[in-house]
Amino acid sequence: MSAAIDTLRLTAEDASGLLERGEASGDELAGAYIEAIAARDPELHAYLHVVGERGEGVPIAHKDVITTKGIPTTAGSKILVGYTPQFDSTVAARCKAAGLPIIGKTNLDEFAMGSSTENSAFGPTKNPWDPERVPGGSSGGSAAAVAGGLAPWALGTDTGGSVKQPAALCGVVGLRPTYGTVSRYGIVAFASSLDQVGPLTKTVRDNARLYALIAGRDPADSTTVELPEPVAIPESEDLKGLRIGVPREMNEAEGIDPGVSESVNAAIRLAEELGAEVEETSLPRSVDYGLACYYLVAPAEASSNLARYDGVRYGHRAEADELTALYSRTRWEGFGAEPKRRILLGTYALSAGYYDAYYGQAQKVRTVIAREHAAVFERFDLIVSPTSPTVAFRIGEKAENPLAMYLSDLLTIPANMAGLPGLSIPCGLSEGLPVGLQLIGPQFSENTLFRAGHALERAIGFDYVPERLRA
Amino acid sequence: MAIGKDDVLHVAELARLEIPEGEVEGVQGQLGAILEAVGKVSELDLSDVEPMTHPLDLVNVWAEDETAPSLTQEEALANAPDAHDGSFRVPAVGG
Repeated sequence: MSAAIDTLRLTAEDASGLLERGEASGDELAGAYIEAIAARDPELHAYLHVVGERGEGVPIAHKDVITTKGIPTTAGSKILVGYTPQFDSTVAARCKAAGLPIIGKTNLDEFAMGSSTENSAFGPTKNPWDPERVPGGSSGGSAAAVAGGLAPWALGTDTGGSVKQPAALCGVVGLRPTYGTVSRYGIVAFASSLDQVGPLTKTVRDNARLYALIAGRDPADSTTVELPEPVAIPESEDLKGLRIGVPREMNEAEGIDPGVSESVNAAIRLAEELGAEVEETSLPRSVDYGLACYYLVAPAEASSNLARYDGVRYGHRAEADELTALYSRTRWEGFGAEPKRRILLGTYALSAGYYDAYYGQAQKVRTVIAREHAAVFERFDLIVSPTSPTVAFRIGEKAENPLAMYLSDLLTIPANMAGLPGLSIPCGLSEGLPVGLQLIGPQFSENTLFRAGHALERAIGFDYVPERLRA
Repeated sequence: MAIGKDDVLHVAELARLEIPEGEVEGVQGQLGAILEAVGKVSELDLSDVEPMTHPLDLVNVWAEDETAPSLTQEEALANAPDAHDGSFRVPAVGG
């Protein structure tokens, strides 16, 4: 039976249908993904750890910053090798309670710091559309697993664009939810005022289903809130009455590939044909200052969050005969280059004499960015832009240049700084590689994002099975 | 903004990162380049703007003080690189 399950094509909704109608058992379904992993993951390396649980529900993959009881959780770092959590994160517990067996834990940039998965201590993930290219990051393993038919759906986390950008580069759908709608309890912390868990799926409807399952207040995370309205699984195929803004700076920024612009512009024209009112708008400071603001706030928070890795309670420990040396040596040996860079940068930005000029100023810029977005959303229901300025780049192309790598998140960062939700859907191909369209709305506008994303997805008709893997 | 070698070593000490002698210069160069880029935030005059510390306007989130199951001592020590007699074991402090 499992031979008949085409995991490249099957959506989570399809999988759920097979189970409900008794056309496949939970065992057969999970087995089909394990077979696909055996066939394709040696090349793609989407997984750090294959678990292969069997159960009655649609299997799921978790990014390896999502704490799973009894299942190793490394955050892509050598410093957590050998760590086996004694508890479940809230999102893992909610998936478990809904009967979703875990297929495995997916690869990522170390501590979710990066845009290509090349910062993983365990080697990069390859893009299913072209294995010489990156899948994006940091949730690159989850995006590649969904695009490569190695999971029907997956969870990732997004701090500066780590769900949206890999979704774009792998031709799948990724949601970064409104800050505070999904619990961070048990998520390996990077930058706490920005980190959010989000679903990566083949379709917008699957995304809404998974979001509905994980969202909502959690007493274990006091930054969470109840959703103001239940999640609506989208059905509408038009965009009548929707006001869509096209921020000039986000659509004409230097460094956007012409092929990406072409594809995004075609999607915007399609939105008009579907009944949306489309108009140009502007977010000048958000784009100009967003990246600099992010690369102060996020490292500052990271430098504090990553202080816990000290070689005492879990993970790697270096040899030393004195405690301070043990801390300092353990941390230098255990962390990779990017976390160390960000810890140092963040520590500097928070240190006496530099705090006001760097961290304090960045927090004020964050207010400016939030206000600028709020003003735009007085006139528009949504704004749109490319998710990533480029399609998937070659492995190694930006690995030696952190600043070039940081530019991958130029267009995803502003909304994240403002705490706003964003959805990336595939909108076409450029040079044979997927292009992502980013839809951003005001806080708690996920239902609008799903509605618009679904209508556009239907109209665009993007085939999410990578061309080279089509039968 | 350039960052001096002494600054790098000071920050590394604060961050508890023991940079091997031969790598200090490389770290200094990278941090300098990134600081120059992020220093862009100081172009704006924001003396009248309040800092944003959190995306949501949450104030005083209270919770009932209720007991709930937590890790046992054994579970808490299960991942320790070194444990002894129910505690984490570390080398001498300031030895």
